[in-house]
Amino acid sequence: MRTTTAQQDFIRGIWKENPVLVQMLGLCPALAVTNSVANALAMSGATFFVMSCSSVLISTCKRFIPHEVRISAYILVIATFVTLADMLLQAYAPAQHKELGAFIALIVVNCMILGRQESFSSKNNVFRSLLDAFGTGVGFTIALVMMGGFREILGTGSFLGFSLFGPNFEPWVIMVLPAGGFLTLGFILLAMGYIEQRKKDNAEHKEEQMAEEASS
Amino acid sequence: MSQENNKPERIDVDIKVENPDSPAAQDEPAPKEVSTFRLVATLAVAGALAGLLIVLVNLHTKPIIDKYKAEQLQLAVYEVLPGVERYDTFYLVDGELSLALPDGAKESEFKRVYIGRDSSGQATGVAISRGESGFQDVIMVIFGYDPVNNTLSGMKILDSKETPGLGDKIFKDMDFVEQFFAGPETPLLGVKSGAGKGKPNEIDMITGATISSKAVIGIINHALEEWKPVLDKGIPQAPADIASGEGAQ
Repeated sequence: MRTTTAQQDFIRGIWKENPVLVQMLGLCPALAVTNSVANALAMSGATFFVMSCSSVLISTCKRFIPHEVRISAYILVIATFVTLADMLLQAYAPAQHKELGAFIALIVVNCMILGRQESFSSKNNVFRSLLDAFGTGVGFTIALVMMGGFREILGTGSFLGFSLFGPNFEPWVIMVLPAGGFLTLGFILLAMGYIEQRKKDNAEHKEEQMAEEASS
Repeated sequence: MSQENNKPERIDVDIKVENPDSPAAQDEPAPKEVSTFRLVATLAVAGALAGLLIVLVNLHTKPIIDKYKAEQLQLAVYEVLPGVERYDTFYLVDGELSLALPDGAKESEFKRVYIGRDSSGQATGVAISRGESGFQDVIMVIFGYDPVNNTLSGMKILDSKETPGLGDKIFKDMDFVEQFFAGPETPLLGVKSGAGKGKPNEIDMITGATISSKAVIGIINHALEEWKPVLDKGIPQAPADIASGEGAQ
C-alpha cells in the first residue's frame, strides 16, 4: 500500500483531485455565484474557512464520534461554522456579506466539505487534515475564480469590476445567467479532459516505443 | 492490450491514500455495537456545544450588526432626502403621526416615517421604508418623498437578496437608481427601457431584471398609497424641545 506524504495531501486537491473539476463536488456554488470574480473569491474564502475549521475539529474529535451518527455530527459541525462565518462576515465585512446573501448559508450543503470530512479528516491526524483542507480549498478557489473570470469577462466585459473592452462592448448576457454557468463548466471540463487525454496518450506512446525498442 | 491490463492496478494504487499509521486503520474495521444512549448523548452534547458557540458569537456580533444597520439607515435617510439638515422619527399611532410612543409600547411594533427638515426647521421631505417580495426574497427599500410637489427625491435599497449580476442591478445600475433622484412624479409607472412616452412619472425598468425593478416601483407605490392619507393631514412641526431629535445625533 502506498502512503501519501504531507506534500501530496496538499497538492492532491489542487489538480489531480480538484473538487469541482475532477470530483464534480460543490457544483452548486460553482454554478451559482461565479458570475463575477469578486463573488467567486468571497465564496471561496468563506468555504475555505468553514472547511479548515471543520477539518481540524473533526479530526480532533474523531475518537468521540460513534460511527453510526458520524454524518449527523459532521453536518452539525459544518453548520455551526457556517453560521459563525455568516455572523462574522455580517459584522466585520458587511459589504461582502451583502454581496453573497443567501449563498453563505448554502455552504452547509456543499458536499465537497462533507466529502473531505468523511473520507479524510475522520481518518487522519489534525495536521494532515488541515493540509488536505487547504489543498481542497485552494483547488476550489482556482476552479471558481477560473469560472468567474471566464463568465465576467464574456458576460459583462470586465474583470474584478474593471472594464476591459470599453463602452462599445456588447455583453454576452447569457454568460452571467445560470445557463452560462453550465456552458462555462462544460467548456472547462472539456479542456481538462483534452489535456488529461493527451497526457495519457503521450505516456502510452512512450511505453509502446520502449516496448518496441526492447523487442528489437 | 498489455497497457490496458495495467490500468486497474494503477487505479488501485491511487485509491490507497490513507495514512497507515492513522488511527482509522485500527479503529474502523470494528463497528462495535454502540448503545442508543451513547448516540443520542453524543449528538446532544455536540448540539449543545454548537448552540453555545453560536450564542456567544451572536452576543458579540449582534451589537455590531445592529449598530451598522442603524448607521446605514441614518445614512440612507440623508441620501434619499437631499438637502436635509436633520430628521425626526415619527410613529404611526392610531392613524396619526406621533413622535412619542404610547406608554409601555414596543418600538418595533409601530410603522414609522422619517421627516427631514432643513436648517430653519421646515419639513421638506419624508423618508419611508418598506419591504415586499422581489424575485428571491424581500427587498427593503427606503425612499424620499416630497409631499408638496408629489415627487420622489431619492431611493435606496436597504436590503435585498436579488440574483447577483441580474436582479442586483436595482441598486448597482446607476442609470436605474438615478431616475428616482430626478424627481419623478408619483404614482410611478414602470416602462420597458426606451419605450417611455416622456411622462413625468415613468421609470425605465432594467432589461433582464424586470421583476426586481417592478418590485421596487410597486413597493414605492404601495407605500405611498398607505402613507398618503396620513401625510395629507399635515406634517407636525418639530417641537422646540426636541429640535435636536435623534436624527441630529
